[in-house]
Amino acid sequence: MTTVPFGQLLILPVLLFALGVLGVLARRNLVFILMSIEIMLNAAGLVFIIAGARWGQADGQIMFLLVLTLAAAEVSIGLALIIRIRARLPSLDSDAANLLQG
Amino acid sequence: MNITFYLAATIAVLATVMVITRANGVHALLYLVVSLLAIALVFYSLGAPFAAALEVIVYAGAIMVLFVFVVMMLNLGEIAAVREAQWMAPRIWIGPSILSLILTAQLAYMLVSNEIGNTGRAVVDARAVGLALYGPYLLCVELASMLLLAALVGAYRLAETGRSGVIKGGH
Amino acid sequence: MMHALWLVPAFPLLGAAILMLSAGRLAPRAIALIAVLPCAASAIVAITIAIGFITAPPPGHAFSQILWQWVAIGGFDPAIGLYLDPLSLVMMLVVTVVGTLILLYATEFMAGDEGYNRFFAYMNLFVAAMLVLLLANDLLFLYVGWEGVGLCSYLLIGFWYQDAANGLAARKAFIVTRVGDTGLMIGLFVLFTHLGTLDIQPLMHRAVLAWPHGSNIASLAAALLLLGAIGKSAQLPLQTWLPDAMAGPTPVSALIHAATMVTAGVYLIARMHVLYALAPHVQMAVAAIGAATLFAAAVAALNQHDIKRILAYSTISQIGYMFLALGVGAESAAIFHFMAHAFFKALLFLAAGAITMRLEHHEHDIFRMGGLAKQLPVAFWSFLIGSASLAALPLVTAGFYSKEMILSETWAHGGAVPILWVAGVVTAFVTALYIFRAVFIVFFGEAKTPVVGHYGIRIMLPLTVLSVLAIVGGFVETPNGLGGVRLFSHFLSSVFGHVPLAASATETPLLVVASLVSLAGVALAWLLYLRPAPRFVAWAQTQAVVAWRNFFLSGWGFDWFYDRLIVQPFLYLVRINHSDVIDDVFTGIADGCRGLHGLLKQTQTGRIRWYAAWLAAGSIVTIAVAVIR
Repeated sequence: MTTVPFGQLLILPVLLFALGVLGVLARRNLVFILMSIEIMLNAAGLVFIIAGARWGQADGQIMFLLVLTLAAAEVSIGLALIIRIRARLPSLDSDAANLLQG
Repeated sequence: MNITFYLAATIAVLATVMVITRANGVHALLYLVVSLLAIALVFYSLGAPFAAALEVIVYAGAIMVLFVFVVMMLNLGEIAAVREAQWMAPRIWIGPSILSLILTAQLAYMLVSNEIGNTGRAVVDARAVGLALYGPYLLCVELASMLLLAALVGAYRLAETGRSGVIKGGH
Repeated sequence: MMHALWLVPAFPLLGAAILMLSAGRLAPRAIALIAVLPCAASAIVAITIAIGFITAPPPGHAFSQILWQWVAIGGFDPAIGLYLDPLSLVMMLVVTVVGTLILLYATEFMAGDEGYNRFFAYMNLFVAAMLVLLLANDLLFLYVGWEGVGLCSYLLIGFWYQDAANGLAARKAFIVTRVGDTGLMIGLFVLFTHLGTLDIQPLMHRAVLAWPHGSNIASLAAALLLLGAIGKSAQLPLQTWLPDAMAGPTPVSALIHAATMVTAGVYLIARMHVLYALAPHVQMAVAAIGAATLFAAAVAALNQHDIKRILAYSTISQIGYMFLALGVGAESAAIFHFMAHAFFKALLFLAAGAITMRLEHHEHDIFRMGGLAKQLPVAFWSFLIGSASLAALPLVTAGFYSKEMILSETWAHGGAVPILWVAGVVTAFVTALYIFRAVFIVFFGEAKTPVVGHYGIRIMLPLTVLSVLAIVGGFVETPNGLGGVRLFSHFLSSVFGHVPLAASATETPLLVVASLVSLAGVALAWLLYLRPAPRFVAWAQTQAVVAWRNFFLSGWGFDWFYDRLIVQPFLYLVRINHSDVIDDVFTGIADGCRGLHGLLKQTQTGRIRWYAAWLAAGSIVTIAVAVIR
């Protein structure tokens, strides 16, 4: 059981989340963008776990479970979309998939 | 235990940095698995063994395997890796880095400035989680099941291929 | 029985609605039936009400029926209500009876026209609008009828719309009367803002209490209403639309001239006579306008070729007599003349229609007619009776009694106005001259255009009835020297409070003068047009005379004058502002919007990372706001 102060504990999800944002913004390949989103979701789950630990309650872990489910669903849909885009476009470049351009 | 946490946290952050900077998809995925395992360790150190197990089984296991399948199916070979490297020119990173740094600073400032307190820290085992999950949070289970069902149907429909191998729909 | 009053305007309205909604799916016989029956029913109801009114007058000699509240906004609560007093009763009777006769005539006259259904729908609506105008309790409701009459006149004048000239005439009528209508509307605003109601009877009471005799505001209101009356009644200087209104079918002309539309102005001034009594200058202007109009129009009528245009100018002239009477405060004389005029002018128009429909090519030029007395005896006798009544042949015609009443009232009004009386007497002479000029040229001499067809009962009957009315209609009111019957002005006295003239020394000479001038006019017409002396014919062809004749033919050049004064400058402005300055403002707004759209469009790149970056930036700003607080 760690005794690290919660203020320091929370730095970890913050860093992970920021790295996820960085990945989404910087990478052009859709697979990498999806991975970065996974990182961000995981960071959010980590916050729930930390909060659950702070009060010694099970609720945090249950919310993490929900986040996990969400991540699974999101990944399956996201990967299906990537397969579909791959079939229509020559590359997985997110900048090339700009049919919504105004 | 504190050293375990610091070590795991450092590994998680470093592995994540590697994930977002790799040109090869499979390499990136392997680093992501490492990062997730490190986070599972953090969970364990926080007294959440059940969550740690799930993190390993579902995240690092099932979800990452899904990724690996898709990456391999798309056959992102050497050419794709080279192109990825071209797309990651240093100037590309400037803007996103600034945004991320500001975000980090803001979140860190908020967390440090708030008095969170340092009590608690009891091990919440699988039994406690299970009781809560199938007690007051039964509705969450139902919601999760529906979410997964919707994802299942959606993914099946989206990735469905016709007899000729051409993907159907999506005009 | 009095409570059935609302049926009077409702019947023709119903007829119009049925005809409009059936949209020509009915057989012509059914259309004719639906066209005449509502109006006839109205006439019967009106007559029954009139009998009830005369035998057992309601308290205060007035009956008002509020149908429903129109709106109620603050202190503004106009009602949809009807008001019946001797004035509106007389007008209502004339309009329904004459209207029914004209409609009956029209069912035969218009037979075979492809717009048969449309025609009677408009005609019924026309009668309904006029009845609303007459019976309205409230000036706002009156204005509804006023505009309804204007609309129907527009629709009917341009009835044969395939000919562009008819459309132009309709538009001209609408626009010229619109000038007057605007004045009327502003007048209503003035009345409402100062007196706080538009209900006619309270309005008159308040006007007397609030405004001293001759006050400026009373004069302003009266003058604005007068502008409206001038427009509708085709008086100087807004008379130019009426001669062109002859473009419509003849029954329309009969209806416009005799029963509806042009008499609306006379009615308005008579109805608001209390207001005019408060504004003596404006009342004087009414008389002056009437005098000027009656003379100018009579001279113009003397030089027309088209039989309907002669009658049109004659109407302007006769309405001028009514204005003259209103101007000298003899409202009952004006209404009396209105009644007589309705009979003989309807008769004249229907007779003229009866002539033209029997001539080849529907000839309208009197100089191509001639010798029709033997060939068309019915039309001849009708036209002759109408002409005699218009020319005020002594003793036997309605026109004589009404015109004599106006002239003697004008004389009695005061020594300061012999000029008005002189104008009236001179015009009486010219009137006899121009109408018998038409009679002699059309019915005597040699035949020039062949006659075809025959008359049915639906043409004969209205002509006969109107002929009788044009003769006996005057016996309800005779001068003191000729029995002194005063039924008409007694009946109206509860409205106008005007006492008939007492016997005086000047009365008999005036009567003689009035008789002599009309006889002299007929005699001169006989001399000049039936057996023209060679010298007269030669004189009429000299250059100067021809120039004057053309000037009068064009109606004193008013159309030319308005063209130069208003139409041409307006067209000039239209030309120099061809690209429309105002339009540029709005296209500028549109261009500005398009520019902004172009700028905003730049943000819609379709790139996921771009959107994600904005999301992140937005989150940063939101969190920053939360942190700084």
